[in-house]
Amino acid sequence: MFLPSPWRQFFPGILAFAEQQQVWLDSAATAQKPQSMLDALAQHYQQGVANVHRAQHQPGERATRAFENARSSIAKWLQADAQDTLIFTKGTTEGINLLSQALAHHLQAGDEILISAYEHHANLLPWQQLALARGLILKVLPMDTDGHLDIDQAIAQLSTRSRIVAISALSNVVGHKQSLSALLSAARKIGAWTVIDGAQAAVHERPNLQQLDCDFFVCSAHKVYGPDGVGLLFARERAVPALRHWQFGGEMVRHCDYQHAEFLPAPLGFEPGTPSTANIIAFAATLEWLQSLDSQAIATHEAALHAALLQGLQARGMQIIGSPNCALVSFNAPQVHHADLALLLGEQGIAVRAGHHCAMPLLHSLGLAGALRVSLAMYNNGDDLQRFFAALDQALEILQ
Amino acid sequence: MNQLSTTAQQAIDEFQACEQWEQRARLLLQRGAQLQELPQTLRTEDNLVHGCETRVWLLLDREAVPPRFQAASEARLLRGLLALLLLRIEGLDAEQITAIDVTDWFAQLGLSRQLSPSRSNGLNAVLIRMRELLDNL
Repeated sequence: MFLPSPWRQFFPGILAFAEQQQVWLDSAATAQKPQSMLDALAQHYQQGVANVHRAQHQPGERATRAFENARSSIAKWLQADAQDTLIFTKGTTEGINLLSQALAHHLQAGDEILISAYEHHANLLPWQQLALARGLILKVLPMDTDGHLDIDQAIAQLSTRSRIVAISALSNVVGHKQSLSALLSAARKIGAWTVIDGAQAAVHERPNLQQLDCDFFVCSAHKVYGPDGVGLLFARERAVPALRHWQFGGEMVRHCDYQHAEFLPAPLGFEPGTPSTANIIAFAATLEWLQSLDSQAIATHEAALHAALLQGLQARGMQIIGSPNCALVSFNAPQVHHADLALLLGEQGIAVRAGHHCAMPLLHSLGLAGALRVSLAMYNNGDDLQRFFAALDQALEILQ
Repeated sequence: MNQLSTTAQQAIDEFQACEQWEQRARLLLQRGAQLQELPQTLRTEDNLVHGCETRVWLLLDREAVPPRFQAASEARLLRGLLALLLLRIEGLDAEQITAIDVTDWFAQLGLSRQLSPSRSNGLNAVLIRMRELLDNL
């Protein structure tokens, strides 16, 4: 299996794993970091730090400039319009929690929130809890037999009471890139807000928010080769006024007395407290580096890896969840508990994920206690897959 | 510290003789296969150990003196680890059981890595549950 990755050399973490005989096939959980990100992080700290949007001193100005430059640069990566807003969060989870609270005051008992059956808990629980608290209806849009969202059924489920449609662009279990434009435009026609969870998708295809006509888009830096603890919440110009301030604290107020306060508009009004400045700057650097590469070549490489992975699993009679076409494959071996298989793969230095993948309702609906998931990134190569398959064969020989 | 029973010492000898992970895995499967089956009627929500991604059931026979645990799991390797844990506490009273250094026990068996802090392996949760059950004796 000759599928070399020309980008592997840029990821010190992957090279370190290789020396420890570890194969990283869990990038859907978190991705390894390129040297450019590490350099940006070190450089930021080495030149002296200051807080942003507060001080008049020169270091403070420099930090604020770098921080806001990072915001513009990341907005460009998202292909956002200049009028749209980019709010920094801790991650996708916080982004969705923010939305569920910042939009809550618009919702009345009996209103509907629609999500898909394959959502990660991060795009289920905030809406579920909001629905429970406010007497809303949480509608779960069904999947077809391939594990893909049934778009026609989804559109048919929309009603005049539908207020929010929140869908993941790529399931972290099924690994299928979902085309959502028809659903988004139908939702828009009836006046529902649309939220796209891009946590899994963003690393495999640069988001294009000119084309993807949603109101809100969230993703996490750490899954896009960036640092931990940073997330993005894109809010389209038309949707920004709907958001009510949700967390309160330093540097988000315009005016404050003991009994009242007036808050800044987005984005600063939604970023109380000191932001993760260094990580945000390092994330912008990561994305700039990523954009300097041949994105088509990366996509082709990842597709070739994915095809080889799928083929190898099918050839071994593994039970694959849905019809994945991107990034990852979840599967079980017949008559073998996923935890046993995961343990024996772990013994052989293969890092894959096993369990319910933070999608318990999905696994339950499929009648599964869990599954193994192999997930890919630009730095993986044919050797990684070969080692995985050798380890899988060995483990199955012991277990079957 | 409690003296190891003869069977416990035998287990250590057996596992220490393994030079490769494959041998250890096969031994663990054998141990798991020897674990007494827990009837379906006892695999209840109440007996489920919370905090494991893999389902594990644990029961304490309240009539037995010294205390006797029964355990079951859907995963075969985890069943092996449970069997080794039960082997270590066999014949001990509640106080002795609580005093056991389980980390040390699995280290002696060369199975330290199986006691991962991650939730995916439920062994730590099993230990906590064991102590709870003993406290309520």
